[in-house]
Amino acid sequence: MKKNLTAWLCLLPAIAFLGVFMVYPLVDVLIYSFEEGYNFASQTFWGTGFYNYSYVLHDPYFIQALKNTFIIVIITVPLSTGIALLISLGLSSIKALRDFFQTVYFLPYVTNTLAVGLVFMILFKKTAYSDGLVSLLIQLFGGPSVDFIDGPYWAKMFVMCFYTIWIVMPFKILILTSALASVNPMFYKAAQVDATPKWRIFYKITLPMISPMVFYLIITGFIGAFKAYSDEVALFGTDLNAAGMNTIVGYVYDMLYGNSGGYPSYASAAALILFSIVFTITTINLMVSRKTVHYQ
Amino acid sequence: MNEKANKKIEKQARINERVRKIVIYFLLTLWGVLVLFPFYWMILTSVKGYGAYNSEYVPKFFTLSPTTANYITAFTAVPLAKYFFNTFIFTVITTLLMMVVVVLSAFAFARLDFRGKDIVFSLFLSLMMIPNELVIITNYVTITNLDLRNTFLGLVLPSVTSVFYIYLLKENFEQIPEELYKAAKVDGTSDFRYLVRVMLPISRPTIVTITILKVIECWNSYVWPRLITDDQNYFLVSNGIQEIRENGFGRENVPAMMAAVVVISVPLVVLFLIFRHKIMEGVARGGTKG
Amino acid sequence: MKIVLQHVTKRFPNRNKKIKDDVIAVNDFNFEIPDGKLIGLLGPSGCGKSTALNLICGLEKPSEGRIFFGDTDVTDLPPEHRGVGLVFQNYALYPHLTVRENIRFPLENLRGAKKLSKEEMEKKVQEAAKLVQIQDLLDRRPNEMSGGQQQRVAIARALVKRPQVLLLDEPLSNLDARLRLQTREELKRIQVETGITTVFVTHDQEEAMSISDTIVVMKDGVLQQMGLPQDIYDEPVNLFVASFLGTPQINTFTGEIKDEKVYIGDAAVLDAKGIADGDVYVAIRPEGFIIDENGPLECDFLNREVMGRDTSFVATHPLFVGENIRAIIPSEETKTAVDGKIRFSLKPKKVCVFDGVTRERIML
Repeated sequence: MKKNLTAWLCLLPAIAFLGVFMVYPLVDVLIYSFEEGYNFASQTFWGTGFYNYSYVLHDPYFIQALKNTFIIVIITVPLSTGIALLISLGLSSIKALRDFFQTVYFLPYVTNTLAVGLVFMILFKKTAYSDGLVSLLIQLFGGPSVDFIDGPYWAKMFVMCFYTIWIVMPFKILILTSALASVNPMFYKAAQVDATPKWRIFYKITLPMISPMVFYLIITGFIGAFKAYSDEVALFGTDLNAAGMNTIVGYVYDMLYGNSGGYPSYASAAALILFSIVFTITTINLMVSRKTVHYQ
Repeated sequence: MNEKANKKIEKQARINERVRKIVIYFLLTLWGVLVLFPFYWMILTSVKGYGAYNSEYVPKFFTLSPTTANYITAFTAVPLAKYFFNTFIFTVITTLLMMVVVVLSAFAFARLDFRGKDIVFSLFLSLMMIPNELVIITNYVTITNLDLRNTFLGLVLPSVTSVFYIYLLKENFEQIPEELYKAAKVDGTSDFRYLVRVMLPISRPTIVTITILKVIECWNSYVWPRLITDDQNYFLVSNGIQEIRENGFGRENVPAMMAAVVVISVPLVVLFLIFRHKIMEGVARGGTKG
Repeated sequence: MKIVLQHVTKRFPNRNKKIKDDVIAVNDFNFEIPDGKLIGLLGPSGCGKSTALNLICGLEKPSEGRIFFGDTDVTDLPPEHRGVGLVFQNYALYPHLTVRENIRFPLENLRGAKKLSKEEMEKKVQEAAKLVQIQDLLDRRPNEMSGGQQQRVAIARALVKRPQVLLLDEPLSNLDARLRLQTREELKRIQVETGITTVFVTHDQEEAMSISDTIVVMKDGVLQQMGLPQDIYDEPVNLFVASFLGTPQINTFTGEIKDEKVYIGDAAVLDAKGIADGDVYVAIRPEGFIIDENGPLECDFLNREVMGRDTSFVATHPLFVGENIRAIIPSEETKTAVDGKIRFSLKPKKVCVFDGVTRERIML
């Protein structure tokens, strides 16, 4: 009995915080999303139903955010995972400078996304004084002058994806290098004695053995990319709708707060739509991985 | 097998190996440059004079007359020191509070027996799937209704529990051999003394991991502080930088902006360079155990 | 295919960076492995025997010296071009592939003229599986099999491309005692059936003695002795080889040669015609003792261990090197009760004398 009490006392803070800031909001967000015409100031509403969802799904800003988010996901997840795999393979096949490269590659992980985003903005932005370094480089090779921050959609999307990849690479490289290091070198020796070509060693041995980690990165990559937001703010400022670069999460926050804010019902509906998308994709991912990934 | 053919094979193998090495080092260096260049650029720009920067249509890759003027501007024109201090306080309080909550829960799950333990733990685990974006809406409303906007309490409260870290630490606690506990019991050690004197020291690597991850998270947190603060006195560095970008220094004072960026980036980078092996190990452990 | 090692030396940089001297894993090896034999590379752990195997295989390159397969110099040839099969201590079976896929793996690497059709591959896989008697297990994965079965798969994989040389690194060390006995006979059978020159590494002298055609004994990177198992047992060239081979271990005493006789303390145990005086080690095989009331060697009797066919007498002696003397006596000769002291006479053929300083054999 005394033991019981101690245990519950130990759990009390966690349960209290989780209850107030996790469980209650979870229920609440559902309720919000069905309360039509909720007024933040008077805390009243005039009906219940699916109007909020319908509103969000017909909101051109939301459609834009949905489109942007999907483009970011589809481009950055495979690209970053692929490049990270290449780099990790390179890293694990060298000895000299390996520690140095690993340290350098990890740097973006410990930097403030908002702060470094500013540097990217400077590098890509066209101002009255300068076309921006990247644009100038393009011109050097005979390309046109492009403003990547306030210019055409594809250019903005390019910077966006580039920056996202730059930000997520450290984690992926780290995880993949340690996954590669955990493959017993005996297998490589065995393969070498059997005259296995390098690409075949990779495809037939290395990849299957690190496949759980690769899939883990793909799944978390999907989840992370679907929640993209602060990278966008870093590059394009807080008014993402105006820049046409909003994401679903950005849409949620804009609905909640800021110039266009004050609509927690719309925000809730959008958040739940996002959650169901992420949930579906993660489930599909897990199903695919169960079929293809080798677990020891 | 004849000697001549073998010689050829040997030579080919050596050449292939060398080509492979060159390609690998080239690609690794290329990515290294891509990673480092923004850092170089921000430091470079931060020491260029305001006039000098704006007169360069084609930016120069070096400067012969570095200046510290931008750093002075960064600290005087906007309350950068204040942002810094706020972030520091926020990070320390959040991390400490979270540690207490996490350690107590992990201890209860790993060491104490009570009715309903398995059910409560599964409930906790199921909460891991809930994304922050889903609950932040109500939390915003809750904190607003509690009149906690623009207070440290409001900033800190929603992020002092992490189911993931409880899980991580519980797993770690459970790896401590049962014999140690029995030995401590025989010596008449109380449960709490055992926690403090035995479990915590043994689990130090995990505690360090969690602290590192939480500090990085705090230092970079942006969304929640943005929602909950509109008073500059409570801005964290992320919000500060956004504020600087939109309103500070006049829009075009890029060197001053970069100086602020350098100042904000330095603490974590320095911390990382000192403890890089620990930090990388910690992130790898924390990242893959989920 | 005969294998020749000429002055082969392998140095590794010291792991402790403060020490500049390299670690010499293999020191000036010279030997020739005849075609079609089973060779046991024997030595205590850390003696460089695995390095020697890796050198033959090509996973390591010698710092000095040449290696020949037949008459071809393969010193700088990468392992994949040497035509060797290697069985790893932990088998190195790919966990994500089935047994069939594991065995087929080396065949799929063949290119150009050697490329095989699917049917040919399957035929070869079946042959190899049959040779090691695992035909029924082809669709399993490695983790669904016992250690002994995994071992067989590993051997099948090494043999499937018909290597000129088969190399095995501690092939039996991961098996339990019963399986070990069974597998080593199996190994011998496979070797005889295929006639492939086979080298295996082991630290277990019994294992090496029981199946090898020739044993190579190593210590600290230096080849100690090479020869037929019985020859090495009977005529060890130095004290290390004498004490490394045989269970129970050979019984070693400090002694001296004086006036053309070998003494242990005051007991003159053997004649030593024409040998100069000096300190020596006297090593006596456990089966070299005869209980004899008039024997020269007097020991303090401790106890006896009955093993059925034989009885082991445990005793001590002040000049004995190590813990206890073990004398193995056929049980029917041990009826007499012993108490306190026990006296032995010795079988001269079972006694070796080694120089007290160099520990090299002194031939009596």
